[in-house]
Amino acid sequence: MQADPFCQTRCLPGAMATIHLESEFLAVREGLGRVLCLPDMLTLGADLRGMVEIVLVEVLNNIVEHAYAGQTGPIEIALRLCPDRLACHVQDRGRPFPPGGPPPGILPEGKTLNDMPEGGYGWHLIRTMTTDLHYSRSEGINHLRFCIPIEAKPPLYG
Amino acid sequence: MELSATTQGDLLVVTVCESRIDAAGAIQFKERMREVTDTPSSRVLLDLSQVQFLDSSGLGAVVAVMKLLGAERKLELSGLTPTVEKVFRLTRMDRVITIHPDLREGLRDAG
Repeated sequence: MQADPFCQTRCLPGAMATIHLESEFLAVREGLGRVLCLPDMLTLGADLRGMVEIVLVEVLNNIVEHAYAGQTGPIEIALRLCPDRLACHVQDRGRPFPPGGPPPGILPEGKTLNDMPEGGYGWHLIRTMTTDLHYSRSEGINHLRFCIPIEAKPPLYG
Repeated sequence: MELSATTQGDLLVVTVCESRIDAAGAIQFKERMREVTDTPSSRVLLDLSQVQFLDSSGLGAVVAVMKLLGAERKLELSGLTPTVEKVFRLTRMDRVITIHPDLREGLRDAG
């Protein structure tokens, strides 16, 4: 799979790091370890690295669970660190998103303890911590592009 | 998934001795919690101070444990590390679950 330098027009040129992993929960854990050890990632503070980890784990687990749905297949993550954002491009060869694309990430809520859902929080976390999220599919490949702001963004919730 | 449990009066303190509760470990976490909470207690305090990372699967597992314990037996948390705290805050779960800053506070409030 070829990663395209999608944020070239908006960001300063910089090295793009690419990580490959197989669609499996343990491989996601190991691949994230590799992402967080990239030289660019080590320049970010612990808080931001935590944010990057949350967003990527949710995106990747979603691919494992829904796009490949138990099958194995390749996942590619391309990352470019820009002055104000981390631009991410994740590709897989699994099933496409249903019509309408990625979920809006509305926070699931329950009125009582028993109503409380045990899932559905992942897209809320992704949507809350990213900007410019864009999904497309071409030639059997899912492309999910998004940015994680790395400065000058007010706190999300008081 | 390693958990250690101690009883302090009517409180069961469960410490998660792992650095992550993620999709690869959420089911084992739920199963181990089911086993250790067999010990009767009126409340369960989950010490997460060793957990550096929790994703939405881990969060779902905590919700499942809350349901398992039922409304009569409260689950409380203590020792959230910064990234774990962020996940609970952004999903507004901090409004549903009592979170103590650390284990000592959790135990004192049990007092």
